[in-house]
Amino acid sequence: MADTVLSFDDLKRALRDAAGDSEEIDLDGDVYDVEFTALGYDSLALLETAAVISREYRITLSDDVVGSVRTPHEFLDAINEAAVNEAAVNDGVR
Amino acid sequence: MSTAVVTGIGVAAPNGLGTGHYWAATLGAHSGIRPVSRFDASGYPARLAGEVPGFVAQEHLPSRLLPQTDHLTRLTLYAARAALDDAGINPGDLAEYEMGVVTASSAGGFEFGQRELQNLWSKGSRYVSAYQSFAWFYAVNTGQISIRHGMRGPSGVLVSDQAGGLDAVAQARRQIRRGSGLIVSGAVDGSICPWGWVAQLASGRLSDSDDPRRAYLPFDADARGHVPGEGGAILIVEDAEVASRRRARVYGELAGYAATFDPRPDTGREPGLRRAIELALADAGARPAEVDVVFADAAAVPELDRQEAAAITAVFGPSGVPVTAPKTMTGRLYSGAAPLDLAAALLCMRDGLIPPTTNVTPDPGYRLDLVTGEPRPAQVRTALVLARGEGGFNSAVVLRHAI
Amino acid sequence: MRRRVAITGMGVIAPGGVGAKEFWTLLTEGRTATRRISFFDPSPFRSQVAAEVDFDPVAAGLTPAEVARMDRAAQFAVVATREAVADSGIELSERDPARVGVTVGTAVGATMGLEREYRTVSDDGQRYLVDHERAVPHLYQYLVPSSFAVDVAHAVGAEGPATVVSTGCTSGLDSVGYAVELIRERSADIMIAGSTDAPISPITLACFDAIKATTPRNDDAEHASRPFDISRDGFVLGEGAAMFVLEDLDHARRRDAHIYAEIAGFGSRCNAFHMTGLRPDGREMAEAIRVALAEAGLAGDDVDYINAHGSGTKQNDRHETAAFKRSLGGNAYRCPVSSIKSMVGHSLGAIGSIEIAASALAIEHDVVPPTANLHRPDPECDLDYVPLTARPWRTDTVLTVGSGFGGFQSAMVLTRPGRS
Repeated sequence: MADTVLSFDDLKRALRDAAGDSEEIDLDGDVYDVEFTALGYDSLALLETAAVISREYRITLSDDVVGSVRTPHEFLDAINEAAVNEAAVNDGVR
Repeated sequence: MSTAVVTGIGVAAPNGLGTGHYWAATLGAHSGIRPVSRFDASGYPARLAGEVPGFVAQEHLPSRLLPQTDHLTRLTLYAARAALDDAGINPGDLAEYEMGVVTASSAGGFEFGQRELQNLWSKGSRYVSAYQSFAWFYAVNTGQISIRHGMRGPSGVLVSDQAGGLDAVAQARRQIRRGSGLIVSGAVDGSICPWGWVAQLASGRLSDSDDPRRAYLPFDADARGHVPGEGGAILIVEDAEVASRRRARVYGELAGYAATFDPRPDTGREPGLRRAIELALADAGARPAEVDVVFADAAAVPELDRQEAAAITAVFGPSGVPVTAPKTMTGRLYSGAAPLDLAAALLCMRDGLIPPTTNVTPDPGYRLDLVTGEPRPAQVRTALVLARGEGGFNSAVVLRHAI
Repeated sequence: MRRRVAITGMGVIAPGGVGAKEFWTLLTEGRTATRRISFFDPSPFRSQVAAEVDFDPVAAGLTPAEVARMDRAAQFAVVATREAVADSGIELSERDPARVGVTVGTAVGATMGLEREYRTVSDDGQRYLVDHERAVPHLYQYLVPSSFAVDVAHAVGAEGPATVVSTGCTSGLDSVGYAVELIRERSADIMIAGSTDAPISPITLACFDAIKATTPRNDDAEHASRPFDISRDGFVLGEGAAMFVLEDLDHARRRDAHIYAEIAGFGSRCNAFHMTGLRPDGREMAEAIRVALAEAGLAGDDVDYINAHGSGTKQNDRHETAAFKRSLGGNAYRCPVSSIKSMVGHSLGAIGSIEIAASALAIEHDVVPPTANLHRPDPECDLDYVPLTARPWRTDTVLTVGSGFGGFQSAMVLTRPGRS
């Protein structure tokens, strides 16, 4: 995944910054495919995390991303996909 | 009509975090007023505050709540849990619609609000937190308590400046009378951040002294305004029968209440405080002679002190009742002040000790029997707590000893 | 004997019309007052639409000194109060002021004034240690929204119990509910009660943008508030106020007052679920409705019209549709339901009182206001939402509800006066 902008560790850090640590499950454990609801993160937590990520990495996440992703895995894929698209758009502009 | 009693107390005060620490400090005349530590106040005309000491939010709240809460909400959630524990209540054991939450606020989570305003105007709208939609607003503490403890009954939030704390507890009593089993009430308040500080300065009521012993002197000839503080108390209000059935310890009964509003200043007529006292006593079915102590609002603004002393002496006679203001050790806590006074009054009944007003040399012109210096032993069966809010709010609550 | 409480005067300031008459005309014509924000350049924001009030405070009777001192929300409250008192025909100066009380609801207080002054004292956010020397003298009154109750009490000379009720977006219902309680318990004979909010300010836009609660339908501002429609995508921020004269029903009858409606029942519950989220099943709102109906001594079948919260967010409209079915059973399908937020937007703490005004006027005129912009109902919202045009309808009993951040759920029942 050469053009991955965000790593899983980056996402975990953003989650902790934006929404606090999961009380339910250790984020450093095997949580890649665990649903956010099981981790204790609600839609507001994901919106805030998405905002942190879009600011730090200068990517725009579409409105429905946060509503549709269910796991860290899906969230990371959506972010990286948005980042790749954004890079392509920017390349085009240049 | 059912009787509303207080069965739990949770305190976050500038002179003590936790009821035990607060009460020991208060009886020991230990003040929590110090130079402001939360920001650099050296450039402002007021530089002292009552800040709650030793509160580490991570020790009391789940991590998930930290990014979405103002400092005040964290203190409130601490105090609510402490009050429930003190009452021996596990909310999970009770019916969800039987429990409600009524708190007061004066200015919401202002520190959170300042940070987000700064983010907006210095960096842009994308930097504003998703939690800003509720973290600063006046209703946040009631909402967060209800969520944390699964309380789905009637709830509310009242804002009447410093008087609001009593209005909230009175509303809790109404809800008990209407059939709720338990209401979490009271308030933890304060706005100790630069933006809140500047707004408080605009009231013209803050003391400019740098001496914690001379800064807040209600009923003293040297009164020069107040020191603002943060904190307050959360109380568990229960139906007396429910409390008795579970053999709960009862601190006292919310026996009487009234609220009035001052006439417009241009009328020159008497302020509404005396009427609030008389109505609250009538509501409690108590004669003035039955009142063993008055917890004063204690504005420390000469005109307001005069008004309050006049109302007290009009009802009780000159030096007719012991009066105290332990808030001289905490500063004024806005809507948190009166709930903390209710807590102090209930503990005073329990221990037979009236907490002192510190640092004050009473101006004899006020003709008050002010309890100063050290606690005064007294059998206290009925207590009156007063609170006044800027603009004209007067509230009074009568507490009666548990039989 | 338990006292009954009547609405005998009303004052409304709503987008599209200052004054109760203009407000009702807008509603019954099904016109919308939503538009691109004009107060400031909204282009940096995701949602650039609002329902603004064209309000000239001096023309509305305030002095320049009052205008300078009061936040816009306080101005709304005072102007609406004066309209309500004049409308009631009551001569307050002849009444015992100690028996007149005040409750004002607000969700966000003096947000506009606070943001404006913050920009000044902070150099647009450049200074953390803001400059006290540039603070306006009335900044404390902005800090504490209790000043709204002060302004209203001074406007009418009230000296009974006064307070501000601030329960987010249910403040407008809860403030009036609180006032009703004070009359019933005889703490006051007359209450000046209602609510106000003027939140159309950058900080409000930014925080609702952050949670994507407001609509991004910027290219079609007039049709942006779309409750119950499949295409709805968030609420439209509004502003305004409604204030009422409430009095003991017997008292109102003795003085031969015009009675708009009786406030027969009120209930509030918390969802204890989430600060902004709603459980889809609507059970706590249904419980608040059950309590309000029980207090009114009515059954679900007695409701003739539901004035819905109908904010136009995906989750709200489903949530309350479920709540109506849960609380009213089959009657939920038979009785008309509408959301005036489709026309006047969502003015946070003010809207509950504005909706009480609409509910009382529906009883007065036997007309149900429509839900504008409703062309294709969400299949999950399958009630009769009175799309597009007002409906003549015998309306003796109205249920009006609200739902707000913090989990608050409130319900009020209004009935035709004379009903016993």
